[in-house]
Amino acid sequence: MALGRNISVSEASRPKLPRHARLKFDETRQVWVILAPERVLAPDEIAVEVLQLCDGVRSVADMVDQLAAKYAAPREAILTDVIAMLQDLADKGFLTEAREKTS
Amino acid sequence: MTDILADGKTASPAPSDGLAVLEQKRSTAETFGIPLAVLAELTHRCPLQCPYCSNPVELDRGSSELTTGEWKKVLSELAEIGVLQIHFSGGEPTARKDLVELVQHATDVELYSNLITSAVLLNREKLSALADAGLCHVQISFQGNEPIVADRVAGLKNAHEKKLEVAKWTRELDLPLTVNAVMHRQNLHQLRDIIQMAVDLDADRLEVANVQYYGWALKNRAALMPTLQQIEETSRIVEEAATRLKGILAIDYVVPDYYALRPKKCMGGWGRQFFNISPAGKVLPCHAAESITGLEFESVRSNHSIAWIWQNSEAFNRYRGTGWMPEPCKSCEFREIDFGGCRCQAFALTGDAGNTDPACTLSPRHEEIFKTAQREAAAHQDRFLYRNFAGGTLETEGEHGA
Repeated sequence: MALGRNISVSEASRPKLPRHARLKFDETRQVWVILAPERVLAPDEIAVEVLQLCDGVRSVADMVDQLAAKYAAPREAILTDVIAMLQDLADKGFLTEAREKTS
Repeated sequence: MTDILADGKTASPAPSDGLAVLEQKRSTAETFGIPLAVLAELTHRCPLQCPYCSNPVELDRGSSELTTGEWKKVLSELAEIGVLQIHFSGGEPTARKDLVELVQHATDVELYSNLITSAVLLNREKLSALADAGLCHVQISFQGNEPIVADRVAGLKNAHEKKLEVAKWTRELDLPLTVNAVMHRQNLHQLRDIIQMAVDLDADRLEVANVQYYGWALKNRAALMPTLQQIEETSRIVEEAATRLKGILAIDYVVPDYYALRPKKCMGGWGRQFFNISPAGKVLPCHAAESITGLEFESVRSNHSIAWIWQNSEAFNRYRGTGWMPEPCKSCEFREIDFGGCRCQAFALTGDAGNTDPACTLSPRHEEIFKTAQREAAAHQDRFLYRNFAGGTLETEGEHGA
């Protein structure tokens, strides 16, 4: 089984979109979309903001700090929401974790 | 998060439903939603001879195919009007020498590209070049889980072994892999092993697609039609595997509609969310649409834009929405659920594409179709008519075309 399958998202995770999932702004329909094999997903505004932070370098903890500061919101609440959202994406195969190149 | 491709809705909140617009008898030109994904059939040439091929029996010759320049222009135009994904298909798309160039062009105009391939013409270098050109996803067809059945169905020696090799390279290159398994009476007994093969190949998705009876498959229906018992067993196996492999392998299951109660919402409804472009450049509501005689399909070589053809051409508007429907569809509560099923199947089985698809229990022809399926499945006429440009070649005893 490939690395990156069945990942469990935690504060320490450094998630990123896998190469087959592309976040893109659809100019024609004026919405953000995630393009994936045989799928086009429409993430909501919050999901888009979080996904734009998923660069494989930032940890979930860093992202939550950033969002908590930006929205002056309780960190715990944001953490719960962000992990739930990312885990959902991961379960669908649209999120992976940064990994060292072994080749 | 909504999956807008799978459930057939366009991404725009309003006015997203081109159908509603059509039924108000307004011009569709400004508002009809452009499909999110388009199928580009680059060629009908193919080294395989599968008897269930969904290509038309009248195949487009190599000499009629769109040129590299014409395909590039098509890809640019598609991206410009709002198409997001392009499926490179065929025939065998890798039979085109310019495939890497076309994938690169799709990447340049920001189209998400899928390759739907038999894999037998690929080598590692070629696949690597496709990945470098930005290819996003590879789908490989399999005819069985081992060479005896698989190579016989494909009508090509060593095809299965080659496919396994290419599937491994695909994952080594970190490309997502879909295994497409077309199922019928003569390979359904391998389904469990095919599912395991997909897991072993580290595929992300498996399509278990029962044969749909158009084109070559319709000619081979008697050799392919499963028994009702096989179908019941298949549904059980798929259901069990889908649960067991959740998070490991996504399984899409296409049921055979001859045994169904409700017809399929074919193509999400005629001209609602999908079109494909044939090797010679015809813009079609589905890949089998040319089997319907009496419909004129416009070409990308005409002086019309693709958007104009989608929105205004007679062929697309002929069976759009519900206005064309006769009874029992017209007053049916499911008319906007399944749009009367499949036009090509209605044409193939009743001679009129405007009839209710006989797959529907409400069709007056349903009982007859169901009985035909059962009779053909029981008769065990197992010889294939192999797909080729010569109108097909009947399988010979002991030779199996492979």
